[in-house]
Amino acid sequence: MTIDKILALGQTAMELGLINSLTVLSLFLSYSMLNVCDLSTDGCYTLGAAVGALVAIAGYPWLSLPAAMLAGMISGFVTATLQTRMGVQSLLAGIVVNTALYSVNMALTGNKATLSMNKTTTIFSMAKNLLKETPLGGQSTLIVMLIVVALVIVFLCFFLKTKLGLAIRATGSNADMVRSSSINPTFTTTVGLCVSNAFTGLSGCLMAQQAKSFDINMGSGMVTVALASLLIGGVFVAKHKPIPLRAVGAVLGAVIFRIVYALALRFNMPAFMLKAVSSIIVVLAISGPYLRKQLPLMIRRWKASREGRNA
Amino acid sequence: MLELKNVCKTFHAGTPDEKKALIDISLKIEDGDFVSIIGANGAGKSTLFNAICGSFVLDSGSIYLGGKNVTMVPEHQRARQIGRLFQDPMRGSAPDMSIEENLALAAGNGGWLSRVSAADKKAFRDRLSLLDMGLEDRMRQPVGLLSGGQRQALTLLMATYHVPKVLLLDEHTAALDPGTAEKVLALTRSIVEENHITCLMITHNMQSALDLGNRTLMMDRGRVIYDVTGEERASLTINDLTDKFRQLSGRALDNDRMLLGVAE
Repeated sequence: MTIDKILALGQTAMELGLINSLTVLSLFLSYSMLNVCDLSTDGCYTLGAAVGALVAIAGYPWLSLPAAMLAGMISGFVTATLQTRMGVQSLLAGIVVNTALYSVNMALTGNKATLSMNKTTTIFSMAKNLLKETPLGGQSTLIVMLIVVALVIVFLCFFLKTKLGLAIRATGSNADMVRSSSINPTFTTTVGLCVSNAFTGLSGCLMAQQAKSFDINMGSGMVTVALASLLIGGVFVAKHKPIPLRAVGAVLGAVIFRIVYALALRFNMPAFMLKAVSSIIVVLAISGPYLRKQLPLMIRRWKASREGRNA
Repeated sequence: MLELKNVCKTFHAGTPDEKKALIDISLKIEDGDFVSIIGANGAGKSTLFNAICGSFVLDSGSIYLGGKNVTMVPEHQRARQIGRLFQDPMRGSAPDMSIEENLALAAGNGGWLSRVSAADKKAFRDRLSLLDMGLEDRMRQPVGLLSGGQRQALTLLMATYHVPKVLLLDEHTAALDPGTAEKVLALTRSIVEENHITCLMITHNMQSALDLGNRTLMMDRGRVIYDVTGEERASLTINDLTDKFRQLSGRALDNDRMLLGVAE
């Protein structure tokens, strides 16, 4: 394999990692800050992709981004309303919305499971045209993504320091305390999920435009992949670090995930293993610390039971 | 002024677990009153606080705060006028956020998109230095790193940041070691006196029930059985209180912690 090929692989992995990092940042807000595990992520990602693809195909590549974000926001609003105002448990609310979004997405695309954007102007094709004559022509997608991710991080860091952001973080940390600060946790949860799902929608939209195609199943398993990336990022930037660093850590986690995945593919891991690998990473990252704590206890129990048998 | 009129609350009505938690409670608490509340476990002391805060909807009766009927006002809206501290020092602050950020939420200055200003930080610093715990130099540290006593002191500061119409203290020093408890209690007293805050305090320590404040309520099985103030209260001893309890409730005090309070 030549150096060029390795670089090209690395670049693609980085591009895809950066695109998915927006979903990771979305979970950073909902899972790490608001302490809500939003299982509508898969459907919302596909929703953003569908809306983004349709708007771009209709000839408005710029408009596709805010449209996808708005669609995500509406989806987040529904999820939040179900769990805060209608008594549906948080996890179930996500699953229910996720299931319904499949139908919504199919309805949007006019009952088509795939959409092709081969001849469609996307923000990536526009960037490519713009940078065609410059030395950076080959890196146009990477540049677009670096800009988008930087903007989202700056927004998140600013947002989480505002009074609203503080209230959202406090809702995840101690809801009692939010109530006693005369803030309604229903409101903070709703705003938090709307903002977070806007980024999930944007992420799906950019993925479809980068791949030049939409597929109804492109979001499936996304929540686990993003969670795995988030937890990988947490290994590099610990929980007590400042928020900007943690956000960068989340992006880093997404990129590392894609690079490791690309390497595994190189070593002949079948592509369908992606989801199993992401599940295993999530399980390891979450249950690892738990098992480490339990291990001494298990050893003592085992020893005690052995002694009991000998006696 | 805080007024409760014929407040009733029954939990699990119509089941074998039915519990009449508050039975026809009527109370009038004047501005600047400091009321200590004692009673055995399950007497309804904390339930009374929950009713005042709006944690549940009353079965019947009404609650007036500062002359306004707040009976149906939701909890988070009432919170603006009510400060509350729990026995558990962890309940009043968000562990993953810094001292500064916790205070910013308590202060609640500015609009939703406003950030903590330099003036805010200066004000937080000044307030924190009143605690004399060195917290003013640790404003950016997460609250989770503080000790129980420090967290309770911080919660006290947050609950009284804007002088509340009423401050509810639910055994707020019971989980602290004796030295720290004393310090937090002294802080409570100075903050309450300085701002003339109307205050209700549940305690298991009969001595502090008599030492602190100007009025004492004794509760039993959902009712206020003894309400004492003025000269009668000034002459009361702990033994008088236990006798009173036996006489009014028809049984001996069975609460170990209260009896331990007697032994001390």
